[in-house]
Amino acid sequence: MKEELFASGRNIPNIDPYLNIWHWQIPIYLFLGGLAAGILVFASVFYLMGKENKMPATVKKAPMLVPFILIIGLFMLFLDLKHKLWFWQLYTTIRLESPMGWGSWVLMIITPISIVWSFSYIREIFPKWNWKFKFLKTFEAWVIRNRKFIAWPMAIYAVILGIYTGILLSAFNARPLWNTSILGPLFLVSGMSTGAATIILMSKDHKERKIMGRIDILLIIIELFFIIHLFMGFLAGSEAQINAANLFLGGKFTAPFFTFVVILGLIFPAVLEIFELKGYKVPILIPAVLILLGGLIFRFLMVEAGQITRYLY
Amino acid sequence: MRYAMAIDTRKCVGCSDCVVACQTENNVPVGFCRDWVVEVVDGTYPNVSIELRTERCNHCDNSPCVRCCPTGASHIEDGGIVLVNPNKCIGCGACIQSCPYDARYSHPDGYVDKCTFCIHRVREGKNPACVSVCPTSCMHFGDLDDPNSKIVNVLKNRKFKSLAPEAGTKPQIFYLV
Repeated sequence: MKEELFASGRNIPNIDPYLNIWHWQIPIYLFLGGLAAGILVFASVFYLMGKENKMPATVKKAPMLVPFILIIGLFMLFLDLKHKLWFWQLYTTIRLESPMGWGSWVLMIITPISIVWSFSYIREIFPKWNWKFKFLKTFEAWVIRNRKFIAWPMAIYAVILGIYTGILLSAFNARPLWNTSILGPLFLVSGMSTGAATIILMSKDHKERKIMGRIDILLIIIELFFIIHLFMGFLAGSEAQINAANLFLGGKFTAPFFTFVVILGLIFPAVLEIFELKGYKVPILIPAVLILLGGLIFRFLMVEAGQITRYLY
Repeated sequence: MRYAMAIDTRKCVGCSDCVVACQTENNVPVGFCRDWVVEVVDGTYPNVSIELRTERCNHCDNSPCVRCCPTGASHIEDGGIVLVNPNKCIGCGACIQSCPYDARYSHPDGYVDKCTFCIHRVREGKNPACVSVCPTSCMHFGDLDDPNSKIVNVLKNRKFKSLAPEAGTKPQIFYLV
């Protein structure tokens, strides 16, 4: 038997006995970032494929939400800071070594791009909308002419944003549960799946919903595969990583993870979507909301569990 | 110049004098600490062994906290001492997450705080506060690049280990066993 304890009575708030320095703000931000990335990837890809009018919810309607999603996400990051008035220091330095450093720059680029994208579609969605100033009208006309040149960087930066939400965690080698490169693609796919679910919720066109439903089923299958891969990697890893995996495979996160993420958040909605494609009547609200909730709970569990995993003590 | 510390686990009695000295010297807020003492008990009675270790920031050569800091507030000073600049720190917590030793904490004023190897004393040629008060003299502080220093001598003649070397941080606090 081996027992380690603090003889000097160390009890630092949020660090002992378990690290808990990141609270609810970070998982909500990771969820919103992934959601925004997912919507923007679909919007730009379908625009570039020339499906602008066949997929109105994907290209025009859903991206309207993205600036709000990103601004709420940025606000969550701001809430997380403990030395809030110094936040501008993020934008006086460029540090490519630090995922949080380049991630904050990616957010600084993708947020204006998403605002410009929605700006160019406002009058199509709200026909009575009137830009009161002439320069706004001139700018709008210019943006509409150059949408193609916005769509490309938007697609690229959206993918980077989606992967970044995973890399933010995977860069910490002190937390064995996070320290795996599969987390980047896993969070990207999960974010795209939540994005697809949002588009399905907003779409009124049956054909569009069918296309997005098919894509979503594929994404869920990839996500399940990545999750299996994640745990396979851990179980073949070092002791710290085996302990990390065991939190989800028998440990205290097993029940919430498998109930809310794997079954209710992935498998059940996928089955419902398959039934819908086969022609059964399924209220689309159910799978879409379950996917969104599953994605949110997944991030909460990963952030919470990751902070518990460690090398020492 | 490469500052490091060698701590003799066979001499340490776990009195926590180093902890109190650090708190006094550095005005550490109540309820927090930059160094602490760990007691490791191995085995079952009557076959028990005990190890006492005073732990602090390992001032790693490959420091993940400096790497992940988005503003450059965490930086490396001369002699490999890892420091935080409170006027650059935004309190994002990334460095706290990245430290396998949980050596950093969030100061009540918002910025992140940690052991500085008492850089203000070291620059005056003194030992860090924890080293200078140790009643059993179980801690040795010095320059690894100086072949005549006590620490180099001690590490040459004794077996030693470092904490969680598998985390890849190249820690610079050595425990004599």
